[in-house]
Amino acid sequence: MLSVKDLHATIGGKEILRGIDLEVRAGEVHAIMGPNGSGKSTLSMVLAGNPAYTVTHGSATFQGKDLLAMAPDVRSHEGLFLGFQYPVEIPGVSMVNFMRAAVNEKRKYFNEPPMSATEFLKLMREKRAIVELDSKLASRSVNEGFSGGEKKRNEIFQMAVLNPVLSILDETDSGLDVDALRIVAEGVNKLRTPENATIVITHYQRLLDYIKPQIIHVLYKGRIIKTAGPELALEIEHNGFDKIIREAENEENL
Amino acid sequence: MNPLQQYTDLYEAHRELIDSACGLPLNALRQQACEALRACTLPGKGSEDYEHVDLAAMLAPDYGINLGRRPLDIDPAATFSCKVPTLSTALFFLMGDTFASAGNACAQLPEGVIVSSLAAASARHPELLERYYGRAASLSNPLVALNTMLAQDGLFIYVPRGVKVDKPLQLVSIMRSEMPMMAVRRLLIVLEDDAEARLLCCDHTQSPATASLSLQTIEIFAGDRACFDLYDLEETAGATSRLSSLYLHAGADANILLDGITLFNGMTRNEYHCTLSAPGSSLRLLGMGIEDEGRLLDNLTHIRHEAPRCHSDELMKYVVADEATGVFCGRIYVAPGAEKTEAYQSNRNMVTSPAARMYSKPQLEIYNDDVKCSHGTAIGRMDEKQLFYMQQRGLSLPVAHTLLKQAFMADVIEGVRLQPLRDRLRMLVDMRFASDTGEHDCAACASQIS
Repeated sequence: MLSVKDLHATIGGKEILRGIDLEVRAGEVHAIMGPNGSGKSTLSMVLAGNPAYTVTHGSATFQGKDLLAMAPDVRSHEGLFLGFQYPVEIPGVSMVNFMRAAVNEKRKYFNEPPMSATEFLKLMREKRAIVELDSKLASRSVNEGFSGGEKKRNEIFQMAVLNPVLSILDETDSGLDVDALRIVAEGVNKLRTPENATIVITHYQRLLDYIKPQIIHVLYKGRIIKTAGPELALEIEHNGFDKIIREAENEENL
Repeated sequence: MNPLQQYTDLYEAHRELIDSACGLPLNALRQQACEALRACTLPGKGSEDYEHVDLAAMLAPDYGINLGRRPLDIDPAATFSCKVPTLSTALFFLMGDTFASAGNACAQLPEGVIVSSLAAASARHPELLERYYGRAASLSNPLVALNTMLAQDGLFIYVPRGVKVDKPLQLVSIMRSEMPMMAVRRLLIVLEDDAEARLLCCDHTQSPATASLSLQTIEIFAGDRACFDLYDLEETAGATSRLSSLYLHAGADANILLDGITLFNGMTRNEYHCTLSAPGSSLRLLGMGIEDEGRLLDNLTHIRHEAPRCHSDELMKYVVADEATGVFCGRIYVAPGAEKTEAYQSNRNMVTSPAARMYSKPQLEIYNDDVKCSHGTAIGRMDEKQLFYMQQRGLSLPVAHTLLKQAFMADVIEGVRLQPLRDRLRMLVDMRFASDTGEHDCAACASQIS
C-alpha cells in the first residue's frame, strides 16, 4: 500500500529525514517510536505533503501512485489521513461546514454528486458515536475551545468520516487521560479493516496496549534503526531507547 | 479647474428648478452651502484624512443630475430578485435619488411614525425639518456642502417619543442610467427619547457598466434612551463611485449600532462622524470591506466622546485581494470632561495578494485620565497551518481560502442584532467569497437559510 524508499527531507535547509525505508501493507498496524527530535512528526508531515518541508531525495508510492507528486488534498482524496499531534484551531469555520466541504470535495474528486443534507447529517451522527463526541462540538468552530481530549477525539471523528485507506496518527495519545485514551484507541480499533492500514506515532507503550501493532519501528536521527514485532515496544518501555541506539551506532561503526 | 465649480455653477444656473421640488427647510440652506463650496478648496489626495482618496478625481466627471425630477425607468423587482424570505421589512426605494414607497409599507408602521420622501416631508412637516435638517452634518465638509446645495430628495424617518418600530425599515437605493449619473441622496433620521427603530439600507446598481456617483449625507438624531440600528450595505459595481458622510448625535443612554458593509463596489469613501454628547450613550460601529480587482474602500471614522460614561466599540475588517486598496482611518476623541469613557477600536485586515494594498491609521486623542481606551490594527496573510490542516482533510487550496476568508468576517457578522439579517449577511458574504473561485455551493447556502 505504502512504499517509502530512501526518503530524505529538509525544513529550513536542515536535513531531518536521512534515508527512510518503510513498507506498509493492507491490514497492518505499524508503530513508529523514537526519542524527541528523531523525525517522527516530520515523516508524517512529509507523507501528508506539508509544503513547509522539502523532499530532497527518495520516493514514496501509495497504492501504486507517486505520492510525492500529489497535492496535499489529492493525497487526502486518495485515502491518506493524518491525525495531527496539534490539531489546528480555525475560528469562524464550523465543524459542520468544514466536514461538509471535506466530504463533498472528495466526492467531487471521484465525480460523485454532493451529499444531500439528510445523508450528511446521518453520516455525522453515526461517526460521532464512534468517539462519543458531543453533538454540541459539531456546531462549534473547528477545534476552537476544545479540550486536549476533545481535539484528539475530533481527529478520530474526522478520520471516521473520511474513511481513509492509510491513517497516520501522530502522537494521538499525548495529552490524553486514561478514559480519553481508551475512547480514542477504541475508535481507531473500530475503524480497522483488512483493507486499511494504520501508522501510529508515539513515545510510549501506553497507547499500544490498546492499539496492537504488528510491526514496531524505532526512528533515530532521521533513520529507522530497528524494526521488530510487538515485543520491541515492551523492551523500549523497560530499557528506553539507549540500548537500541547504541547497538545501531556500533553496527554503523563496524 | 476647481472640480466643485461645475456644481456651484450648475446650482446658480438652476436655482429655481432645484428649489421648486422642495420645501423651505431644504432650500433655506442651499445658498449657504454654495458659499461654503466657493470658499473651500477640496482636500487633495495625500492631505490629512484624505491620504488615499482623490475627491477631485471622483467629482470631476460631468455627471448628469436629475434636477428636473424626471421619473427614472427602474424596475425594483430586478434588483430585488435575490431576497431572503425570512427578512420581513417595511420597504422603501430611492430610484436614483427619488423616493418611492412600495405599496402600503407605511400602513404597517405604528401611529405617529413618519417614513417618507424628504422632499414631501419638507413641505408637510417643515417644523420638524427646521429643527433637525443640517444640524448635525457640517457644511465645513465639502461633501456635505455639495449634498446640501443640490439635495432634492431622500428619506425622512421620524419616530415619536416612546414609540418602538418593530418591523425593520428597509431602503433600497437603485442606480440605473445609460448616461453617467450622480444621485444626491439625503437621509434624515430622527428618533425622539425612548424611541426604537432599525434601518437596512441596500445600495444597488442596475447599470453596472455606466459610471455613476452616489453622493450621500446621512444625519441621525437619537434622543435619550433611543435605540437605533443602521445597516448600510453596498452591493454596486466597479463603475460606481460612492461618497457617503454620516453624522450621528446620540442622546443620554442611547444605544446605537452602525454597520457599514461593502460587498461589491467601485470606489467608495464612507465617513462616520459620531458624537456622543450626553452621558451614558453607547455606540457599536462595525464595518467590513471585501475588496478585489481594482476596487477601493476608504472608511473614515471619527468618534467624539463629549460626555461621561459613554461607551464605543469599533470593529472594522477588510479582505483585500488582487490590485484592490483598503483604507481605514479611525479617530477616537475623548473630551476633557468625558470621564469614565470606554472606547475600543479594532481594525483587522487580511491581504491576499502582493499587489493589494491596505492602509490603516488608528488614532486616539484623550484629554482626561479616567478612561479605558484601546486601539489596535493588524494586517496579515492567511495562516499556513490552518491552510495545510484544511488541505489534509481534502479541501483544495481555493476552497480553503474561501472558508478562511468567510471565517475572518464571522465576528463582524455576529455583531448584527437582527437574526434574519445576520443569516442573510452570512450567506451574502459566503457567496461573495465563493464567487472568487467560481465555486458557489448552492446546496450549502440553501441549508443555511432553512
